[in-house]
Amino acid sequence: MIEVKDVHFTYPNGVEALKGVFITIRNGDFVAIMGQNGAGKTTLVKHFNGLLKSTRGEILVDGVNTRDVSVAHLARKVGFVFQNPDHQLFCETVEDEIAFALKNFGYKKNIINRRVSWALNLLGLTQYRKTSPFMLSGGERKRVALASVLAWNPKIVILDEPTIGQDYQQKEKLRQFITQLRAQKKTMVIVTHDVEFVAECNPRVVLMTEGKIVADGRADNILTNYDLVTKASLVPPQVTQIFMKLSDLGLPSNVIDVHEARKILLNLSGVS
Amino acid sequence: MSVFDGLKFRKVSSPVHNLDPRAKFFFVCVLFVVAVMFIQLLPLLILFFLPIPFVLVAGVKREWIRSLKGASMLAFIIFFFNFIFNYIYSEYPNIPSASLIEYSLAMTLRFVVLVETFSVFFLTTSPDLLGLALEQSHVPYEFCFAFTTAVRFVPVLADEAQTIMDAQKSRGLELERGNFLKRIKNYIPILIPLIVSAIRRSLELAEAMESRAWGATEKRTNLYMLKLRKTDYALAFTSVFMLIVAILIWRFIPIPPLNTLLSFS
Repeated sequence: MIEVKDVHFTYPNGVEALKGVFITIRNGDFVAIMGQNGAGKTTLVKHFNGLLKSTRGEILVDGVNTRDVSVAHLARKVGFVFQNPDHQLFCETVEDEIAFALKNFGYKKNIINRRVSWALNLLGLTQYRKTSPFMLSGGERKRVALASVLAWNPKIVILDEPTIGQDYQQKEKLRQFITQLRAQKKTMVIVTHDVEFVAECNPRVVLMTEGKIVADGRADNILTNYDLVTKASLVPPQVTQIFMKLSDLGLPSNVIDVHEARKILLNLSGVS
Repeated sequence: MSVFDGLKFRKVSSPVHNLDPRAKFFFVCVLFVVAVMFIQLLPLLILFFLPIPFVLVAGVKREWIRSLKGASMLAFIIFFFNFIFNYIYSEYPNIPSASLIEYSLAMTLRFVVLVETFSVFFLTTSPDLLGLALEQSHVPYEFCFAFTTAVRFVPVLADEAQTIMDAQKSRGLELERGNFLKRIKNYIPILIPLIVSAIRRSLELAEAMESRAWGATEKRTNLYMLKLRKTDYALAFTSVFMLIVAILIWRFIPIPPLNTLLSFS
């Protein structure tokens, strides 16, 4: 569980990135943090594993104040996958890359081997075991980065902009993967601009603008609120936009799911 | 890293900022040469105080002091080694004399003078103007461009290094753990991604520039040209004068060590 209590954060250059954030993320929650560039999304999640320490207010991860422990200590519980995989890949083989964190945490050799195989298999990277991560494509590098974090099985997983630079198929795989992790009762936090992706996953949405949380609730409530969404420089998902434009026909305007939309439309055509 | 903070240019206007980079650079070079000429403490002390008025006029006191602080560790090492080795290899290695301390201090001060003058120069000279100055001094444009680009990308690279450090820390890397050798090894996961992405970035930059017809014309013209003004000439002549005086003193006037000067008074 992550409890954020009135957190303020100012960067050394004077930019006030967080201005009093309150949020509680319970175990097993799936949260998408959304908002425009510079709203403070990444700044907020960097507090969750102690990379940044708040200027005011406090953050508790399972009751432990992030101020009291090191990043390495928190990392065991909170896995953080950065936006750009090139910011972390450095080993000669994919295998070593995934083993890096496990070695840092002091796991035994046989356990490391087992966990590496497990993570490779989980993300469909087994055939690249001995390949250099620099030879892989962008999407594959991203998966290596993900595998290197999931390898130590952290309780909470934070993904920063997981869908950027991914083709549709990769996104679909990622979505399935997130569903799989949720089934394992993991707490997932994603930071994203991708409205369509969020609409498909239907998580709890936390909307941020200018260092504050302006809305917090179910995706189908928030993403269908036109004023709220435009305030955060986003647009509602395309399905919702169509339903909003067709609201004269008596269609509901809070639809974000394609399957649900299909059902409503079929009903409509069946009636008339 | 604080040494580099002391070299970062910030755009403000002051009489020192407005000086021509060529005149300023000449002045810095003269100070450099004079500092290397003397091994006595007295002239180096004078050189130490020379850039201070420039710092005050330019209003860069904070950054300048930071760069000196950053260099203090190295300065201490220089003093220490000068003292130790001169003590060991001196003819009468029994008494650490006042002159030995004075000599070591002078060598340290020489280093400090170099750092402080270069710090003032880079703090008050925009990289663009510096590139322009190089160009107008008939340095090939390719080199000028490479130079200004390198300077401009330093903050970008610093940001990137921070992100990489965050990413690796999130994977349990502890930079401050272990003995000296281990700590150096800890930086490999930071350096490799940094170098790889710098190379990648430079290739991308090259492609982007070529697609915008970089180097299409043999002879490039500039919208702005540097022109030497009266104050620039004044600084240049002062520098020449300083150099001549310094050479004369160095050649003809024996400089008494500081401790004899002090014991007279």
